[in-house]
Amino acid sequence: MNSRIVSIASNTFREAVRDRVLYNLIAFVLLLVGAAILVGQISIDIERLVVINLGLTAVSLFGVIIAIFIGIGLVSKEIEKRTLYTVLSRPVRRWEFIVGKFFGLAGTLVVNTFFMVLGVAGALLYVSHHLTKPDGWVLVALYFIVLQFLMMTAIALLFSSFSSPLMSAVFAFALFVVGSFAEDLRGFAAIAKGATHWLATGAAYLTPNFSALNVISSVAHGQPVPANLILYNTAYAVFYSLMALSGAVLIFERRNLK
Amino acid sequence: MPAIEILGLEKTYSVGFWRKRPKCALKPLHLSVEEGEIFGFLGPNGAGKTTTLKMLMGLVFPTGGTARILGMDVNDPRVKAQIGFLPEQPYFYDYLTARELLHYYAQLSAVPAKERAGKIEAILKRVGLPDVGGLQLRKFSKGMLQRVGIAQAILHDPRVVFLDEPMSGLDPMGRREVRDLIEQLKREGKTVFFSTHILSDAEALCDRVAIIHLGELRGVGVVEDLTSSMQGKVEVIWQGTVVPAAIRALGADGHVSGDTVRAVILDKDQEAVIDALRRERLRLIAVTPVRTTLEDYFLQKLKPAEANAAKVMA
Repeated sequence: MNSRIVSIASNTFREAVRDRVLYNLIAFVLLLVGAAILVGQISIDIERLVVINLGLTAVSLFGVIIAIFIGIGLVSKEIEKRTLYTVLSRPVRRWEFIVGKFFGLAGTLVVNTFFMVLGVAGALLYVSHHLTKPDGWVLVALYFIVLQFLMMTAIALLFSSFSSPLMSAVFAFALFVVGSFAEDLRGFAAIAKGATHWLATGAAYLTPNFSALNVISSVAHGQPVPANLILYNTAYAVFYSLMALSGAVLIFERRNLK
Repeated sequence: MPAIEILGLEKTYSVGFWRKRPKCALKPLHLSVEEGEIFGFLGPNGAGKTTTLKMLMGLVFPTGGTARILGMDVNDPRVKAQIGFLPEQPYFYDYLTARELLHYYAQLSAVPAKERAGKIEAILKRVGLPDVGGLQLRKFSKGMLQRVGIAQAILHDPRVVFLDEPMSGLDPMGRREVRDLIEQLKREGKTVFFSTHILSDAEALCDRVAIIHLGELRGVGVVEDLTSSMQGKVEVIWQGTVVPAAIRALGADGHVSGDTVRAVILDKDQEAVIDALRRERLRLIAVTPVRTTLEDYFLQKLKPAEANAAKVMA
């Protein structure tokens, strides 16, 4: 990776870690994980299930909120505050700026997830007293959550490259909700007829398929995740993120910074 | 080879809800700035100065024309390593300290890692901020931010420096320091292209100036040549308390002060005024040429547009 992308990524990371809102969100997740222990204690024999379900859902949801919250401002805030002028008047290409921003936020999310996961692991250890082999699948579920974050970061960046922060937030969150029900949308597309079939199929393949990345419930029940699903999801997330990022670059390359 | 060549650069924005209404921000502009020159780009607010600078920086894409800096197209990445830019009313990442910000920009400008720390300390000292390098920028005043802005523009030792309203937000002391700094940059052989609407700064600093108004170039040249091209005026003082009708007819207002009268008239009317004073048997005390300032030239160049605008509005 070239040094300019690394510089932009590390500056984006530094901006995020110096933002107090981020810490409040992480603290809230840890609080939720703590609450999962309490809920687990009143759920006879399914403490582990409750902790994994609630814990990972909290990590996923708040990670997405952080990705949207920070991602939507990555480009538009820099234009609005005119900080971009002194960056792009240097030997920095516009695509390098977008890619740097992506890696900066992706790095932030990975580090955040690490801290949130420590909380989940602590809670799991507290209710189970020891970790078993099926608990290892929790790591796969977490890996899928991180893939979801990467896709959301790219989507937020795409919207941020042409829209205001408020509109970007609305678009990105709407896409997240639709993407969480992507399997249902695909099911509907399969049974629909005529133009509706084509429209629904198009929409189903354009929206991110977050439901395929959600294996929280199955790992909570100790079920293994097939290797081909891991491979497929990785390829899908990388491809989708690349497409969204390319879209962001294409738009941003042509944009007048008034 | 000129340091900056602007070859018919123009910009028209599409405005309105459907973006169908064209709004011309800059009419085709032709301008050339030599290496080592301090060039002032003057005009009132909204004249097109910032649009021109943004097109030169590659931030806004021109509708037509091209521009070259140091012989290379403005979009050539090699150009960007040779230029420094201070935007108007700069705002920086306020979560960073001044030192961190300059370090970030030094990285982006490919300043060698070994030289960064030394250059940053030297530049902080040069812009008068040697003791606040470790302070977060959110605690900086407007004037301090302007200094940081100048520091980041010259940190990587560029050959051409673009400054958009560099004196704005500075107190008289700060303005003086920036003026000294610009003169110092010239002595170092750098080309300085700066936009301003503070004419006294331009008059004191610039080798040449260009005047732009309503997106159109109104004049360009050496300050002395521009001002001498204007029709001169003279101040006439005579003894008495009356302004003869012949002098009033020339459009001159006489100011009576004690037993003397002062009137500023056009140079060409000088003989007629003296004749009128003789006829009225008034004693002539002095005839002094009035120095034409850049401000006079500037206002004269702006007048036709304003007159036209008034006609259109009517």
